[in-house]
Amino acid sequence: MTKTITIAHGNGGEENNELIKKVFYKHFENDILSKSEDAAVIENGKLAFTTDSFTVSPLFFPGGDIGKLAVCGTCNDLAMMGAKPKYMTCSVIIEEGFPTRDLEKIVKSMKKELDINGAIVVSGDTKVVPRGSVDKLFINTTGIGEIEYKGISASHLKEGMSIFVSRDVGTHGATIFAAREGIELESKLQTDCASLYPEVKKLIDSGIEIIALRDATRGGVSAVLNEWAKSSDVCIEVVEESIPVQEEVRGICEMLGFEAVDLANEGTYVLCVPKKDEAKALEVLQETHKTSTLIATVSEQYKGRVLLNSSWGTKRFLDLPTGELLPRIC
Amino acid sequence: MEELQLKNLYDNFRDGDTIKAFAKIIAEDAKKLKKPINIMEVCGGHTHTIMKFGLPQLLPKNVNFIHGPGCPVCIMPKERIDHAYVLSMQENVILVTLGDMIKVPGSNGSLQDARAKGADVRFVYSPIECIKIAQDNPDKTVIFFAIGFETTTPMTAVLVDQVIKSKISNILFHINHVTVPEVMVELIDSRDVHVDSYNNEIDAFLGPSHVSVIAGSKIYDKFPKDYGRPVVVTGFEPVDAMEGISMIVKQFVEKRCELEVQYKRVVNHDGNLKAQDLINTYFEKMSLFRWRGLGNVPDSGLKLKDEYEKYDAEKIYKSVLPIAEIEDHKLCICGDILRGMAKPQECTIFGTACKPTTPIGSCMVSSEGACAAYYKYGNLI
Repeated sequence: MTKTITIAHGNGGEENNELIKKVFYKHFENDILSKSEDAAVIENGKLAFTTDSFTVSPLFFPGGDIGKLAVCGTCNDLAMMGAKPKYMTCSVIIEEGFPTRDLEKIVKSMKKELDINGAIVVSGDTKVVPRGSVDKLFINTTGIGEIEYKGISASHLKEGMSIFVSRDVGTHGATIFAAREGIELESKLQTDCASLYPEVKKLIDSGIEIIALRDATRGGVSAVLNEWAKSSDVCIEVVEESIPVQEEVRGICEMLGFEAVDLANEGTYVLCVPKKDEAKALEVLQETHKTSTLIATVSEQYKGRVLLNSSWGTKRFLDLPTGELLPRIC
Repeated sequence: MEELQLKNLYDNFRDGDTIKAFAKIIAEDAKKLKKPINIMEVCGGHTHTIMKFGLPQLLPKNVNFIHGPGCPVCIMPKERIDHAYVLSMQENVILVTLGDMIKVPGSNGSLQDARAKGADVRFVYSPIECIKIAQDNPDKTVIFFAIGFETTTPMTAVLVDQVIKSKISNILFHINHVTVPEVMVELIDSRDVHVDSYNNEIDAFLGPSHVSVIAGSKIYDKFPKDYGRPVVVTGFEPVDAMEGISMIVKQFVEKRCELEVQYKRVVNHDGNLKAQDLINTYFEKMSLFRWRGLGNVPDSGLKLKDEYEKYDAEKIYKSVLPIAEIEDHKLCICGDILRGMAKPQECTIFGTACKPTTPIGSCMVSSEGACAAYYKYGNLI
């Protein structure tokens, strides 16, 4: 570990994992935590339980705001464990001088998103701190959900299984980056930020067998695939060309030197199903997003690794993103 | 006329069939080579293309790459990184720089570390953003820590021009711009003081297209003529790179030694004269610039002309800036890698002590450095 914490430790990639393992797991270690799933499964598999804190600049961005993000983020973590989001807490840390009107706008957008999930906020807390102590507004939400589909896990992938993304990838990361100070690219992009429970419900109701499910937030699709490959000790073979990326996201990635698979999403998930359910899964996924597609299959070629196959016959490993995302120089 | 979209600039240049077709041509031609050839891709962007798209997997064994020094962050000696760190820690200073520069560790840490300690460090995509930062912070001094080769120099020159013409009083410059041809000469010519003998292995150069968009292909005229090394100015997409490589192989097969341009869709012999004028207005050659891993290279760096010294942070903050040269870790072999005498995997600390998260040598610090590219993409070769 480095002596001080840097932005890179919050990137959802390698440094982030190091921070969690070497500081938090070291002291908090227990059987539930060490499963390292999107949400903890408690009470004999009946409930899913998770928490998330939200800080984003700018607070309002095309297609969403920090409030929507704060509800989607936590509810999606529950949904990814096959749970229906039910009860939430909401804590806010507000910088002195923050406009009340903006705060109300944010809370309204939280309420709208809660309704989509069928969840309610049952407890909360507010703190106001002197100017400069936080950047405008931080929100923490904690959620409890009732598990409707048991056994979803990052460690159950087996050879021959099929992996899908639920829609085109990298949109949230590209939107936020384009809107950032110092970049200010003009774009029509909107974040993919969305509540995923309704989509998960469709999957459950369709009767397909769900092996693994994870929303590709920080660290993007790369992080999810790498975690699965490691947890299940398998090789995930991706057909690079098949990864769906919107033209505008691709353009931003090309200009700034990013990979869309490394960028954060807030309403995009990765799904693993047995080969037998491949066709059915695609059909259900495409009802919501036409861009959803099969991107990878599970093999045993390089255990614990994610392999990218290009259309010209070359291969390379896809690793966890490292460091702070910085635009290329030239 | 149909609107030109960004995707038009790369779509066809990643076509699998075209890449395979070039691989076939190269393989056929390479059979006629009398001895193996080593091509140096000068620019880190090319190293990145070659590794990311797995091109060595498509090439015959007698066509090799030597990864050159063309990564603006990698070549910065530690004492200059320390300059950035020290400047960022000065009171009322906002230090602004480009991308990866934020991550490079100096002797006290990186700019990221400085930021964690309270310094105001920002990165921009375009230097002109400095004007907005300066206007928003009239009581602060914005120091633009300028890095890069011919490609980024005009952007700094435009900023200098704007600052002077609009009489903006709170922007200063720390200039670290370097030039490609001078270091290529150094790589061909110089003797290595450590081993006191030097036979470079470079047979030909792949020239970076974006440098020549600005400086023209004329900057390479002397290499085939005076140094017997062919140069092909080449684009950055995989199809471009494969075509450039194929043009070099053909020159050897046909016993030619010429300057050719693969990236004809943009590059001409003279380059962007307006940009060159602007650069020449404000900058002049430094007699020596110290390159990390390579040492002093004559005439390879630029500085602000003396008449603009009131904008020169290197002069204004002279009393606080360290001047002693700082050598790299003694196990680091970046100098040899840059000279084509070693590959990253031959380094004893590659991938162990030296990783992208904790870089020790110059070639690991930026994502465009040879070691970083091998670490990220090269693990299947």
